Amino acid sequence: MKSNSLVSIDQCTEEDIIRILDNAALFEANPNRKLLEGKVAATLFFEPSTRTRLSFETAINRLSGRVIGFQDASTTSSSKGETLKDTILMVSNYADLIIMRHYLEGAARYASEVTNVPIINAGDGANQHPSQTLLDLYSIRKTQGKLTDLTITMVGDLKYGRTVHSLIVGMSHFNPTFHFVAPDELRMPDEQKNFCDKHGIAYYEHSMFTEEIINESDILYMTRVQRERFTDLEEYERVKNVYILRKNMLDNSRDNLRILHPLPRVNEIAYNVDDNPKAYYIQQARNGLFTREAIICEVLGITVKG
Amino acid sequence: MSTQKRREMQVAALENGTAIDHIPPDRLFKVASLLGLEQMNNTITIGNNFKSNKMGLKGVIKVSDKFFEEDVINRIALIAPNVILNIIRDFEVVEKKKVTLPDEITALVKCNNPKCITNNEPMATHFDVIDKAKGTLRCRYCERKINKEDIVIK
Repeated sequence: MKSNSLVSIDQCTEEDIIRILDNAALFEANPNRKLLEGKVAATLFFEPSTRTRLSFETAINRLSGRVIGFQDASTTSSSKGETLKDTILMVSNYADLIIMRHYLEGAARYASEVTNVPIINAGDGANQHPSQTLLDLYSIRKTQGKLTDLTITMVGDLKYGRTVHSLIVGMSHFNPTFHFVAPDELRMPDEQKNFCDKHGIAYYEHSMFTEEIINESDILYMTRVQRERFTDLEEYERVKNVYILRKNMLDNSRDNLRILHPLPRVNEIAYNVDDNPKAYYIQQARNGLFTREAIICEVLGITVKG
Repeated sequence: MSTQKRREMQVAALENGTAIDHIPPDRLFKVASLLGLEQMNNTITIGNNFKSNKMGLKGVIKVSDKFFEEDVINRIALIAPNVILNIIRDFEVVEKKKVTLPDEITALVKCNNPKCITNNEPMATHFDVIDKAKGTLRCRYCERKINKEDIVIK
């Protein structure tokens, strides 16, 4: 990686991605390693995100590091009007690594510019969340045995979903084929489609979520269609039940198909799908732990041995 | 008086300095403010709505004994891309410069995303020019793109 911070998936080359995933596999084989002994990591959550924070803090603990931080900015000086810069510089006096989630877009990049302590972006508003993308890539590689030449179907809110946008960037090194399934109001934006064109990536757009599309897919990446994203609520009522994955839709799907979801899910995957062996979203979240252990070692320049 | 002569007399001649020509009339004062003219003690002539064969009407700014730095000049490209700078020494135009958008624009443009860190923290904005022909910028922080017509100068 160009810098010692992980701010955005764009900064990762193909080699970076492969190295991080290879290390994540080593952590899956043995998650408890004393690689962070004597080190302090700060988890600064200016916006609450229990799942992401617990995953990072578990990763630090399993690496024998210690954790300081906060999970809600209302208890910190930023609620008194302290600038982000001051908070970051203050914490830089104490910690060897800063993992931050912020509601403002670009916050992590700015933080990485004001301090020499490595920053890991754990989400900056609607912008980037690179550890999510890397754990998605890890889950894809683990379930498919490879990252190359896969057909990935993305379903739901493709307009605002940052996870799907980042996944396109992350997969762009590996010759994927995409199916984008979304209501008209939440279609994949031109920017991402232009990106695919530029990188010679094949994609197909659909407004109906059908079995035919599922049957062609290796990965089904579901996302939540949120009511508040619609300007036209009648349109929401029309489409809200169209982008739901039901058990019988999987009847003729490929054996290697796996269903991913960044979670939390609401109703877009019927609960009886959970028992199908193709449902992978809970294990996907578990993979987040190993991927984050690998990311932490990556930004700190720690070599992981087999 | 001949037309030629009358035209020439409309603006005082410069001995040494910079004449900025072909400014769209509605951008004249923005250009003046971008160049920081109000903080200068040099002799400055500002004229507007001169007839122009190229663009119908145009604005002109002449600043005596002042030769602007490249990056200052290129800022003008953001709001008036076809402006021409005439560098004048001893009453002669010794160089004509076209303004071009730089690769990066720092501390000049406001990000249009209210949730961008740059609108919530005392800091300089930073944009990469991703399409010079179209004048498209991208915020280095929130990664939001801004089209030329939506550019707001800070």
